[in-house]
Amino acid sequence: MEQVKKRDVIFISCLLAVGLLSLIGWKLTHKGSGQVEITVADQVYGQYSLEQDQEVSIKNMDGDVTNVLVIRKGKAFMDEADCPDHLCEKQGKIFHNGETIVCLPNKVVVSVVNGSQSQYDSVTQ
Amino acid sequence: MRKKVAMLGVLLALALIFSYIESLVPFYFGVPGMKLGLTNVVILLCLYLFGWKEALLISVMRVLLAGFMFGNAFSIAYSMAGGLLSLLVMYLLHRFSKLAIFSVSVAGGVSHNLGQILLACWLVQNYNVMYYFPLLVIAGVITGLLIGLLSSEVYVRIRNLYKEETR
Repeated sequence: MEQVKKRDVIFISCLLAVGLLSLIGWKLTHKGSGQVEITVADQVYGQYSLEQDQEVSIKNMDGDVTNVLVIRKGKAFMDEADCPDHLCEKQGKIFHNGETIVCLPNKVVVSVVNGSQSQYDSVTQ
Repeated sequence: MRKKVAMLGVLLALALIFSYIESLVPFYFGVPGMKLGLTNVVILLCLYLFGWKEALLISVMRVLLAGFMFGNAFSIAYSMAGGLLSLLVMYLLHRFSKLAIFSVSVAGGVSHNLGQILLACWLVQNYNVMYYFPLLVIAGVITGLLIGLLSSEVYVRIRNLYKEETR
């Protein structure tokens, strides 16, 4: 066993520090990144950032507000809907890439389009 | 010379067996593609016992052979990128710094991951792959330390044996 020298300890600690710091930095800067895309009757209604807390009133073709989407703490959920079953309100909070909330009666689809995660087809080792 | 060729053959066989073991037993650390890197023991020993040319030969041969036997074209490309970068870094540290063998191994582990991730960035054309970077650095340090300790122990014993044989 070679003797553990001070420079080795310093070298390895530096590498570890780089790793930890970049991990912390990444966690801080990428909190809840991504966007939700809202489509109404197959027409793109708009894109909204998950990073900003906001309320989006979704109007149908006639200009009436049918649904209200709330974005809070990096997650999006349907807060109000004027349809009788309110199923979309029960679909919970979405924030992962590709997750969707669908309101069939109003033809509203909300899906997360996330730039920060690439979608892998496969993983090689 | 004959002894050297035989020794290199043994080392290559050992590297292949390590690759085989790693393909059988996934040392899963929570990051896809992450491995313990047992083969690096052989590459390190080769670098310390013979030199960079021999280490390069073993490294390239084992990536190609292991790739054909247990992997696919992509795994060859990724292993090659990681293997070449880590060998370069380890050679430079071994040659120009006074760091101990396990520090060299840690640097090798980290740069192996870095090489793979750089290739992934280039192939996928998506720089967000870099978000694996911090995890892979930490993982590289940990596996590098384990491999380095092992290599260090083996090297101390093998060094004398090999020198006696060549005398």
